[in-house]
Amino acid sequence: MDNLFSRKYTIQGVILVVCLILIGQLFYMQVVSDKYFLLSNNNVLRKIYTFPARGVIFDRNGKVLVQNEPVYDLMIIPNQVKPFDTLDFCSTIGIDMAGFKKRYNKAVAQSRYQPSAFEKQLSVQTYAALQEKLARFPGFLVQGRTVRHYPDSVAGQFFGYVKEVTQKDIDDNKGYYRPGDYIGKAGVERQYNEALRGERGVINMLYDARNVPQGSYLEGKFDTLARSGEKVISSLDMEIQRLGEELMQNKVGSIVAIEPSTGEVLAFVSSPGYDPNKMVGRQQGNNYMEIFGQPNRPFLVRPISGYYSPGSAFKPLDALIGLQEGVITPDMTFNCPGGYRAGNHWVKCEHVDGNISLRRGLARSCNTYACYVFEKLLTQKKYKSQKVAYDEWQKKVRKWGIGTKLDIDMPFERKGTLFTAEDYSKRYGKYWGYTTVISLSLGQGEMNTTPLQMANIMAIIANKGYYVKPHLIKAIGEKKTIDKDYVEKNYVGVDARHFDAVIDGMQEAVNSPWGTANASRIPDILMCGKTGTVQNPHGKNHSVFIGFAPRDNPKIAIAVIVENAGYGSAYAAPIASYITEKYLKGAVSGNRIAQMEWMKQQNVLPELPKPKIKVQPKTADTLLNKKTLQATEGNLPAVKPTLTPVIKATEIKSNLEVTKTPTPVNDTNKEGTR
Amino acid sequence: MNNQQGNRFFFNVDWVTILIYMALCAIGYINIYASVYNPDISDTYDFSSNYGKQLIFIISGLILGFSILLLDAKFFSIFSPIIYGVTIILLIAVLVIGRKVAGNQAWIPLGSFRLQPSEFAKFGTALLLARYVSTFNPKFKDFKSIFFAGIIVAVPLFFIMMQPDTGSALVFLAFMFPLYREGLSGYFLLIFLGMIVLFIAVFLLPLYVIIPSIVFVGVYSIYLNKRKQKMMVSIGLATVIAIAYLFLVKLTYTKVLEPHQRSRIEVMLGLKTDPKGAGYNVIQSKIAIGSGQVLGRGFLLGTQTKYGYVPEQSTDFIFSTIGEEWGFVGCIVLIGLYLFLLLRVINLAERQRSPFSRVYGYCVASIIFFHVFINIGMTIGIVPVIGIPLPFISYGGSSLWSFTVLLFIFLKLDANRMGFI
Repeated sequence: MDNLFSRKYTIQGVILVVCLILIGQLFYMQVVSDKYFLLSNNNVLRKIYTFPARGVIFDRNGKVLVQNEPVYDLMIIPNQVKPFDTLDFCSTIGIDMAGFKKRYNKAVAQSRYQPSAFEKQLSVQTYAALQEKLARFPGFLVQGRTVRHYPDSVAGQFFGYVKEVTQKDIDDNKGYYRPGDYIGKAGVERQYNEALRGERGVINMLYDARNVPQGSYLEGKFDTLARSGEKVISSLDMEIQRLGEELMQNKVGSIVAIEPSTGEVLAFVSSPGYDPNKMVGRQQGNNYMEIFGQPNRPFLVRPISGYYSPGSAFKPLDALIGLQEGVITPDMTFNCPGGYRAGNHWVKCEHVDGNISLRRGLARSCNTYACYVFEKLLTQKKYKSQKVAYDEWQKKVRKWGIGTKLDIDMPFERKGTLFTAEDYSKRYGKYWGYTTVISLSLGQGEMNTTPLQMANIMAIIANKGYYVKPHLIKAIGEKKTIDKDYVEKNYVGVDARHFDAVIDGMQEAVNSPWGTANASRIPDILMCGKTGTVQNPHGKNHSVFIGFAPRDNPKIAIAVIVENAGYGSAYAAPIASYITEKYLKGAVSGNRIAQMEWMKQQNVLPELPKPKIKVQPKTADTLLNKKTLQATEGNLPAVKPTLTPVIKATEIKSNLEVTKTPTPVNDTNKEGTR
Repeated sequence: MNNQQGNRFFFNVDWVTILIYMALCAIGYINIYASVYNPDISDTYDFSSNYGKQLIFIISGLILGFSILLLDAKFFSIFSPIIYGVTIILLIAVLVIGRKVAGNQAWIPLGSFRLQPSEFAKFGTALLLARYVSTFNPKFKDFKSIFFAGIIVAVPLFFIMMQPDTGSALVFLAFMFPLYREGLSGYFLLIFLGMIVLFIAVFLLPLYVIIPSIVFVGVYSIYLNKRKQKMMVSIGLATVIAIAYLFLVKLTYTKVLEPHQRSRIEVMLGLKTDPKGAGYNVIQSKIAIGSGQVLGRGFLLGTQTKYGYVPEQSTDFIFSTIGEEWGFVGCIVLIGLYLFLLLRVINLAERQRSPFSRVYGYCVASIIFFHVFINIGMTIGIVPVIGIPLPFISYGGSSLWSFTVLLFIFLKLDANRMGFI
């Protein structure tokens, strides 16, 4: 027996070894590795983000431009549903039993324990009716969220839109965004996204094995509250913005109005526009494609990315440089025989004025005068060559904001076109002089500006020599902060004393019988301005007007461009005058009201290029036109062909009206705009 | 005299073991409380809940235990065949009138409680095995004694396999240890170990690697023992049996085992990861234990436990709660308590004068050891998932009572060690 006694130690040894194996494995799992600790947290902890309402945007008078509208989604957690009065439920939310079953089964298929959407975006009325009874329907809950709402349905390009983030946005923002988040994609919503979006809140929610939330980790020690977006005060005046959009309906073009002393943009019209409310909610994607497919590119933000030669509107600027350089004086006269000979070509002038001075030259928009000023500037003796003179000249012009970005607080601003001497040398080689580029003196040729830049030039003249960078947002948040760039004065290098003569000329252009924009004179207000009739390779001349008012202590500087509408005095100048009057006096007065209403009705849309659709024979479209013409006078054809753009029908109608009016507007321009 | 005897009765009981026993029961109660804890309903004495019932089981277990101490020590020796017979009858009865729970027909409903006869079969078998050794004093050198001992173990094993309850059946392998202590050749233990190694090898290595390896080992062993002809024959035979065993395992695996048992084995051996199915319990249990780290998350603060990630939390996987909430330190304490208990029971067994008490003591230690090893090993993923309880800790009346009876019979025998049985 005693030899067997030692077997006790064998058995105890086996037990000890096995316990050590268990402890060894436990030591690895609990002490060495933190893999299980992390896995455990992954199991139970999930971050739930709460989204703040985006900031509200006001206009300069405190009117709400964009707000958040609550929408209610009815959610269901299937495993919490107990038998209830389905008939009452269905009638409350307005569905039938079959629809109820379909939705219910869909929700069950998705998850029994997780809330899923039962019916999205209930109306406020339905929500109110349902809210009372909700306690009777266990397992159902209503989840509120907000969508953007624009009460005035105007200024779509100004606001831009909010959209779900793309993978690129997520990457660019270094993980701030997660799929399904929203981000401002265009306009102010994009530019001020960080102020508007607010601060997202987070709840570290614990989940049990069935995915049912069990409350916050450590009683919310690491949770944060959502902070709603900053309120943003825009510089826009909604009254003139709306008037501007009304005046520009059925026209392609742009209106920009700036308060000269502050650089605040008062009106920011881009036509054709779109209703910003279309870029909200469930239909966003469809509406986007529909607007995108419309002619004349509604998504193009013309005030900052539309390119137009300034035309005659450039003449005051050039004259001011001339005065500053001392190559002309206000009283110096040039002889206008109805044109100007520049080398081997002839620049035609609209009138034969004989000897003409600065004041009258601007009032009459005399091409000859402008060419002489340009000639003087480029043939100054102090420069070694005309090329050097040109380079100095273009640098001075650039100071006015032409060919450079004005850094407006809006994405996708374009800088315009202004050639350097080097650019011309590349194009023309060694031999070129002022006669080669004489068209620049008329604001044509290799010069493109945006409407914003044109309005800014007017602000500079109104301010007699400086501008504040134009901006659309005048204050952010409770503290009303603003970028210091938008209060700084930028001088353009022309002394204030030179301005009076030019301003006199611009005043005459509007207010004297011989002025080009005489028809747009505003009673009681001295508006100074300059018309432009801009030649362009795509069709009829663009109608341009730039100006400011009143002459003393100017409150508004404005640029109006109506594409393919002919003379500046025909469309752009009256439109500018209505807006100016509305802004300064609160309303348009007298018989000008009727004129304004008439202007709103005008249609100068460029004719569309024919839709190139293979399945449809080419004649179908013209046939349709004939048919609708026969249907005539307002009665729209009942059946619209699906393939024709929607705009066609309205356009046809307006065309009919236009042809009855004396002004010839829409001639046969097959090309369209661009 | 009477007074003296009473004193002797109390002084002779091994109070250290009783203290460990009670400590384990307390740990069990606390952790069952934690595993079913719901912050919304926090009534500590809710007797309809698992921890409330467990409290009743513990108290009644203590009463049961101390009443065993009041019985005469000779009772167990004399009545061991009858107790054994009753447990066998119960095992047969459960096959007839038992209730099927999760595929195993292992329960006899008794009012609101359910009786699990396989739990009681363990000490019934232990008692009869002890009686057999003490009566016939076999040396387990001859075929006959090994055969008889084998029959005693095999009969309840057979009926338990019929249920089928593989987990409880495996525990009967624990009787190897007392038999080894009583003279069974160490080769049996080695053969047993070899069977386990080969069993695992079948899954991890292809046959064309295993078979040549076995042949090589066999040939080498024969070469070493070339003087002993008898030994050479045995080794040759063993080699052939080993290879036959391989095919038997393969065959059993594909034809006999249930799919869920197969997948459990595969998950344990790391051949298959199945986080949603068979592997789910083990993965969640390992996460719970591992996340406890050194000091644990604290009482009632284990997220895996509280939020129901580990199934069978209060019964078979109770160790995951301990690991999560009390950490490595808690695990060391628990395993230390078990180790101390097992070594103490073996030491107590060795001081017995009667072979009956000694064999029975070894049975007690082995059964508890097997339970602890398989249960904890299962929760940390080194043993396949076998549904057997952690002694004194897992929730359940049958299990707690049977372990209490098992242990207290031994304590009574030990208290009476000077007497003759």
